[in-house]
Amino acid sequence: MNTELLGIIASFAITLVIAVPLGKYLANVFAGEKTWTDFLKPFESIIYKLSGINPKEQMTWKQHLKAMLTINSVWLVYGFFVLMYQDKLPLNPDGNAGMSPDLSFNTIISFVVNCNLQHYSGESGLTYFTQQFVIMFLHFTSAATGIAAAVVFFKAFRDKTTTTLGNFWEFFVKSITRLLLPLSLIVGLILAFNGTPTSYEGKDQFISLQGDTVNVSRGPAAGMIAVKHLGTNGGGWFGVNSAHPLENPSYLTNMVEVISQMIIPIAMVLAFGYFIRKRKFAWTIFGVMTIGMFMLLIPTIMSELGGNPAIEKLGISQTIGAMEGKEVRFGPAASAYWSTVTTIISTGSVNSMHDSGMPLSGLWQLLGMMINSFYGGCGVGILNYFIYLIIAVFISGLMVGRTPEFLGHKVEAREVKIAAIITLLSPLLILAGTAIASFVFGSYGDADWAVKPANWLNNPSFHGFSEMLYEMTSSNANNGSGFEGLGDNNIFWNISTGIVLFLGRFLPIIGPIAIAGLLGAKKYIPASAGTLKTDTKTFALMTFAVILVLNALSYFPALALGPLAEYFTMIGLRE
Amino acid sequence: MKSQSNKLFEPALVQTALKQSFVKLDPRVMIKNPVMFTVEIGTLVMAYVTFYSISNTGQGSALYNFFIFLVLFLTLLFANFAEAIAEARGKAQADSLRKTREETPAKLILADGTIKQVSSSQIKKGDIFICETGDTIPTDGEIVEGIATIDESAITGESAPVIREAGGDKSSVTGGTKVLSDEIKVMVSTSLGESFLDKMIALVEGASRQKTPNEIALTILLASFTLVFIIVCITLKPFADYANTPITIAALISLFVCLIPTTIGGLLSAIGIAGMDRALRANVITKSGKAVETAGDIDVLLLDKTGTITIGNRKATQFYPSKGIPREVFIKLCLLSSIPDDTPEGKSIVELANQLLPIGAVSSSEKEGMDFIKFTAETRSSGVKLSNGNQILKGASDAMRNITQKAGFNFPEDTAEEVKKISSNGGTPLVVTENAVVMGVIELQDIIKPGISERFERLRKMGVKTVMVTGDNPLTAKFIAEKAGVDDFIAEAKPEDKMNYIKAEQQQGKLVAMMGDGTNDAPALAQADVGVAMNSGTQAAKEAGNMVDLDNDPTKLIEIVEIGKQLLITRGTLTTFSIANDVAKYFAIVPALFIASIPALQSLNIMGLNSPESAILSAVIFNAIIIPILIPLALKGVAYKPIGATALLRQNLLIYGIGGVVAPFIGIKLIDLVVGLFI
Repeated sequence: MNTELLGIIASFAITLVIAVPLGKYLANVFAGEKTWTDFLKPFESIIYKLSGINPKEQMTWKQHLKAMLTINSVWLVYGFFVLMYQDKLPLNPDGNAGMSPDLSFNTIISFVVNCNLQHYSGESGLTYFTQQFVIMFLHFTSAATGIAAAVVFFKAFRDKTTTTLGNFWEFFVKSITRLLLPLSLIVGLILAFNGTPTSYEGKDQFISLQGDTVNVSRGPAAGMIAVKHLGTNGGGWFGVNSAHPLENPSYLTNMVEVISQMIIPIAMVLAFGYFIRKRKFAWTIFGVMTIGMFMLLIPTIMSELGGNPAIEKLGISQTIGAMEGKEVRFGPAASAYWSTVTTIISTGSVNSMHDSGMPLSGLWQLLGMMINSFYGGCGVGILNYFIYLIIAVFISGLMVGRTPEFLGHKVEAREVKIAAIITLLSPLLILAGTAIASFVFGSYGDADWAVKPANWLNNPSFHGFSEMLYEMTSSNANNGSGFEGLGDNNIFWNISTGIVLFLGRFLPIIGPIAIAGLLGAKKYIPASAGTLKTDTKTFALMTFAVILVLNALSYFPALALGPLAEYFTMIGLRE
Repeated sequence: MKSQSNKLFEPALVQTALKQSFVKLDPRVMIKNPVMFTVEIGTLVMAYVTFYSISNTGQGSALYNFFIFLVLFLTLLFANFAEAIAEARGKAQADSLRKTREETPAKLILADGTIKQVSSSQIKKGDIFICETGDTIPTDGEIVEGIATIDESAITGESAPVIREAGGDKSSVTGGTKVLSDEIKVMVSTSLGESFLDKMIALVEGASRQKTPNEIALTILLASFTLVFIIVCITLKPFADYANTPITIAALISLFVCLIPTTIGGLLSAIGIAGMDRALRANVITKSGKAVETAGDIDVLLLDKTGTITIGNRKATQFYPSKGIPREVFIKLCLLSSIPDDTPEGKSIVELANQLLPIGAVSSSEKEGMDFIKFTAETRSSGVKLSNGNQILKGASDAMRNITQKAGFNFPEDTAEEVKKISSNGGTPLVVTENAVVMGVIELQDIIKPGISERFERLRKMGVKTVMVTGDNPLTAKFIAEKAGVDDFIAEAKPEDKMNYIKAEQQQGKLVAMMGDGTNDAPALAQADVGVAMNSGTQAAKEAGNMVDLDNDPTKLIEIVEIGKQLLITRGTLTTFSIANDVAKYFAIVPALFIASIPALQSLNIMGLNSPESAILSAVIFNAIIIPILIPLALKGVAYKPIGATALLRQNLLIYGIGGVVAPFIGIKLIDLVVGLFI
């Protein structure tokens, strides 16, 4: 067991060793300062020239948003049709079919918004063409969109007062050329050398010892799995994602994948500090996020290592912990670590089935996605955190008797209004979505859909409720992991989560950028003794309290009916 | 006015407030406060449910529903009462000021010059009236002719009479004050009902009360929290259906009312009104609630040296005769030079000399027949020409050096040395010559007000930079600035220097406050973010500023800054308290809702409440009574301590954050113990 915990500690330590210098590097890249990757400049110039972009052109926050939304809608339309007609396109050795319109709608939104909720199985639902030119392509661009958006936010606070926030296309292109491509290359090679397939051949076949014929799907997977983690995307090549022996062959690849999904989100937080020249502030944010992560991680590990009381009651020994739904090559501790990491930072890839975890693990996973900013996704994590910061700054500003300020800019009604709307959005999407699903499940069980609502849930009762809640939470957080056990490939879930995905992605980018743009344009107020410092432990505690209380208050009843009811009922069984 | 009772709940005021609590139930009034408006809707729904459950089943007993309705109704009344009592107190305070000026006879000067006695309510802006010894001044105005001593104790509580005269910066008189001597002609400056006081009363009464920017932002935030809880409560219904748990309307509405921030929502406007009221109690009339709030944000404070940092004017403190001149002779010369001089400096020389000289040292014949030589900007000296033809002059050392050297005399070295010493000590040297021969030097010193440096220290801890404005030379100014503990100074200040300084600070994003009285202060008062005009100042100054200080006390700004900060702090801490309360309320209500169908959730009933019904009722009762419990705090404001922003946040987070989480656990448990006896 000690080696299992050691594995987690080592993974986190290596993550930090990579993320800290990466943060500094990213700040330099986006600030346009000299870096060792400047040899890529000519390559970038070609991209700019081909696309007719002037990377020196300065944009306001509104122009940034326009650029971001325009390019994203182009991909939406492109992907929607390609997925529907993939059977007519090349690189389809297994002869997989095209997607139904509602599944294509859900899938394309899901990948454009960096969520990667999958209502299909990669082996049978996609072709090598769509895997590469839709899925993997979007793995890069959606991550780059998030990173570029975060840099726009950084830019608003670098100078005292500014309305020009750099060029969106430059940030976007650099995110790919200077960050995602080189790192994917390294991670992809590691995976390929450790057994992940990299071939355009169709299914392979072998006859097992029992004499059964087994078809093994493969394909050019290693490169995609690399960027799937680096870009906090999470949409796997195979249906069972990184629990699949070819997608994640060994403990070593498991470490590589879990490390690679954390480095950019952490690096972005630290890059913020380097970029605005307030390193202590960034470390304070990092501190809050890290403490938050451990508060979710430690109980998850404990409940998984503790084993299942229901199995214990049967008299079965569980010395290594709860193993249902877990891969033997990873074990419960590494699976718990992964499940925490993948939910707090919106990757959504899995190396064990969350549906089979202990009820409390489900609670912590849900909470991690509801908060969605303990590191959070590529770039968007810090944007989500910014909303909490604004609310914390506002309330604590009042508490010290001064009109609230954030980094020297007054936070007034307009900014509070935007922050309030964004705060409101998550409970609205998650709770209303789950409420509608519960209602349809209860009242229209016989609806004539691909999966009848009455048959949606593999597990009725509290766990079934958690499955629906998890699906909506995962969509809103753009996380993409599923509790599974939910019959989700039908028009209801495809359309409803599609809408939640879309709103849950773009509004939480538009809101923070608008606030940052408005604040950045305001007069800079130099700090005095009466100014509330945002890089202190006290303010960090305040932010933490705001995050905790806001989420607890929004979701307590729902969580009580799902994982908490399940947990207490299970505990009751033991007694 | 000063004797105004500080009791929070005067019986008469409580009575008015109680009546107003019901009047304010009008939905058209309530809608201005979104949080409480939703409570009102909830109350109406509960009224309906109560009637419904008399003859129908499924929504619990009518009696229980009635209790919930009653508690919600009380919640509304408590919130209205908080606002009403704050209004009543502010109004009472303003009324007591207004009373002093009602129905006073005024001696109006008609166009043909005759004088007609009319009531003060009949005079209009622009009218001129006359006031003689013993008259009460009928209304605010500006002296156009004459000089008088005036007793302003009715307004300021200060018993010492003050002098007001036509022209200059002390020409304003206030209605309700009394002329003690002489006669003045006064032009009415404001029409009836438009004086600052009238405006302030309107502000307090709500007629023209506008929400301040911070209040608007907070209202938005609270409204969004309310919306979140609307979502939580509405979605709970399908969730409960899924879990096969029927939820009564009473339970849903109770949960909703408990969760939304009713505590701060109910007290929000009371806090704002109380802030203006506290300013009024400090004898400051504010022209808007925003001005009080802005005061809390002030970064830079401009203060005139004279009268604020130092007591009145410079005073003579020492006589230093030149070598070879007998001390007594020198002092006598100084005395003679200053007898006709009625500047404060001159008077202080006479005063000091009289103390030091034996009685009769100067014969009355010596004083007779002297001619006064006035101070001019060119000569920079003044003095007398005695009847025997001797000329005694006193003035700045360089001016006197010129005179001496022109006449062919030397400027004695020991005196030059003394001049330097005085200057570097922050004093002002006045060199005295007799017939162009230097006789010695008088030292004038500023006397710094006792306790002033402690107040500046307090301001510094609040993050406010203090700036002293003075006409002194930089050397003197620096000495006084250091001695008094101000952070910066403007020496040899001209009126436009103040303005430029304010603009420069504002350019850097700072908020500037200043106090002024003269007409030439008016532009700077208008430019400053918080401009406090003294009531004794000119009408122009009072119009330009956004506050008027009835006490004419220049250090009043410090109190205003604290009132502004208190206002924001009270709002912030009560918001925190209100939100933190929800944690305990969840633990009371959520298990109560589901315990029947999911017995395992009993584990969430960590308070061990009696029954689902008593748990819900206890939570709403706690939610209701916390409002009146906090009214005194809302009215008095949370105490402000200048201990630095971070320490202050830590302290308030501890008291109102942690306290806000813990208090309702205890409160709800106690109420449940009582309620459990009946249910």
